[in-house]
Amino acid sequence: MARRTVLYRLSPYLFLIVPLIIYCIWVVGPMLYTIYLSFTNWDGVSSPAVIGWRNYQKLFRDPVFYISLTNNLKWMLCFITIPVVGGLALALALNRNIPGAKFFKTSFYSPMVLSLVVCGLIWSWMYHPAKGLINESLRLIGLDALAKGWLSDRRLVMWAIIAVGVWRQVGYVMVLYLAGLQGVDPTLVDASRVDGCSNWQTIWHVILPLLSPVTVVVVVISIIDSLRAFDLVSVMTRGGPYYSSSVLANFMYIEAFNNYKMGYGAAISVILFILSAVFIFLYLWRVMQTEMEY
Amino acid sequence: MSARQFFRSPWRTAGYILLVIVTLLWLVPFGQALLTSFRSYDDIMIRGFFSLPKTLSLNSYREAWERGGMRYYLPNSFIITIPSLILTLFFSSLSAYALARFRFPGNRAIFFLYVGGTMLPFQVLMLPVFRLTNALGLYDTYWGLIAFHTAFQLGFCTFLLRNYMRTVPGEILEAARMDGCNEFRIWWQIMMPLTLPALAALATLEFTWIFNDYLWAIILLRSDHLKPVTAGLATLQGQYVTDWTVIVAGALIATIPTVIVFIFLQRYFIEGLTLGATK
Repeated sequence: MARRTVLYRLSPYLFLIVPLIIYCIWVVGPMLYTIYLSFTNWDGVSSPAVIGWRNYQKLFRDPVFYISLTNNLKWMLCFITIPVVGGLALALALNRNIPGAKFFKTSFYSPMVLSLVVCGLIWSWMYHPAKGLINESLRLIGLDALAKGWLSDRRLVMWAIIAVGVWRQVGYVMVLYLAGLQGVDPTLVDASRVDGCSNWQTIWHVILPLLSPVTVVVVVISIIDSLRAFDLVSVMTRGGPYYSSSVLANFMYIEAFNNYKMGYGAAISVILFILSAVFIFLYLWRVMQTEMEY
Repeated sequence: MSARQFFRSPWRTAGYILLVIVTLLWLVPFGQALLTSFRSYDDIMIRGFFSLPKTLSLNSYREAWERGGMRYYLPNSFIITIPSLILTLFFSSLSAYALARFRFPGNRAIFFLYVGGTMLPFQVLMLPVFRLTNALGLYDTYWGLIAFHTAFQLGFCTFLLRNYMRTVPGEILEAARMDGCNEFRIWWQIMMPLTLPALAALATLEFTWIFNDYLWAIILLRSDHLKPVTAGLATLQGQYVTDWTVIVAGALIATIPTVIVFIFLQRYFIEGLTLGATK
């Protein structure tokens, strides 16, 4: 191989320098700066003063924090079960060339191109207590008792919002599993058939284990998405009524930008970060494993 | 398997019918939004959702477009999305090339910095970026938002492009190097054309993501006339609290660009999604 020139040895750094500086200024730096802000009483206007752990002490005594955290956990539980099972089932069903497969696929992933704001608005109208499609349908078939104020009932509101998220997420998971299924060696499936496996046994013992790398990605993405949840809540209820649909991101936004308690908001976001860090590392670890295969 | 054979099994037929029902239910929100947008709100309020509409009109669309502000929200979205998209693809292709094609100390670490960043809950960055944007005098300008989108999307784009660039056979690049081509020409004239499929997939995906962003628009912009459609819709919602036909019409207008992208570039969109997750 030819002797490398100095320019050649320098070139990766020349390629990297501008993007990396931009990335550090807008992403890496701010991440660290948030940690600092969480120890201050910054109000967004005057310069921040360090107040130690006070924001965190206050946070751990704040009932809204626990409501929001619980709501994020509900969101997470729904996201790692319903769309994953639903998306997998759809992918398994649509991976075979059944009539109209393309139509079905398109229908399920079409919600993904809508912004969450649009989803939130369209569904808010579906949930409209008086004339929304859901309540009107229930009344039409005589189930008046089931017609609720979906977004005004404290016990229902969170689930009603999560349902919208699920509606949008199923298609995404389906796409990922469909891609994963492309990589499943058909001879293995045939072999299991020859060995007398039923459909279920083939799925459970052959296809699912082969799909497990996809499952890891899907679960991690779902968890991260559920921790990021903001848009739907912000558009549909702003966390109300009485914080019953508050999630951490929304709680943080309100504290920081409506109540000007930016230091406190920073503390909330640090908690959010710690929660996601576990899963980010899980994901990085998986990426690293595939790296080793190179 | 022909359709005839397929429906011979009763189980399969039952499963198929179930699938059809679920699919139609999945599409109901679209259908009800479309129906609503052509009716008048009074009509729905007085006679109920399931009444036959007295008149169908484009009034709600006109209202949302003119007085609701969609006529400037929608162009704003493009003004923000397109430069962000171009800049982020340009910068990420630079860093992806370095990470994919050179061995140097820190390569792995920088790569993981990018990958880790893509998974970050954005809320962590919210306050410092708000402060930074203010300090740079970019608050309440398009450029504040463009700068952030460019920087944040770098992580995902670099990750994806780097993995793609690694699959390009090294002999091609080595041959060019032998001919005395410098690294920047190799990147621009050889690597970039070979990366076009990935760039197309990524551009489609990133277009929808940046276009659909809401959080950063409400944090970094204040003036109504600068807002992109997502933030604009939230304003519209506040303005027409009770007039759902206008809100829904506005929401449908906001989806037109992404739906067009989706219809014409669906293949790339799906490719982009799966590239990121399975590679």
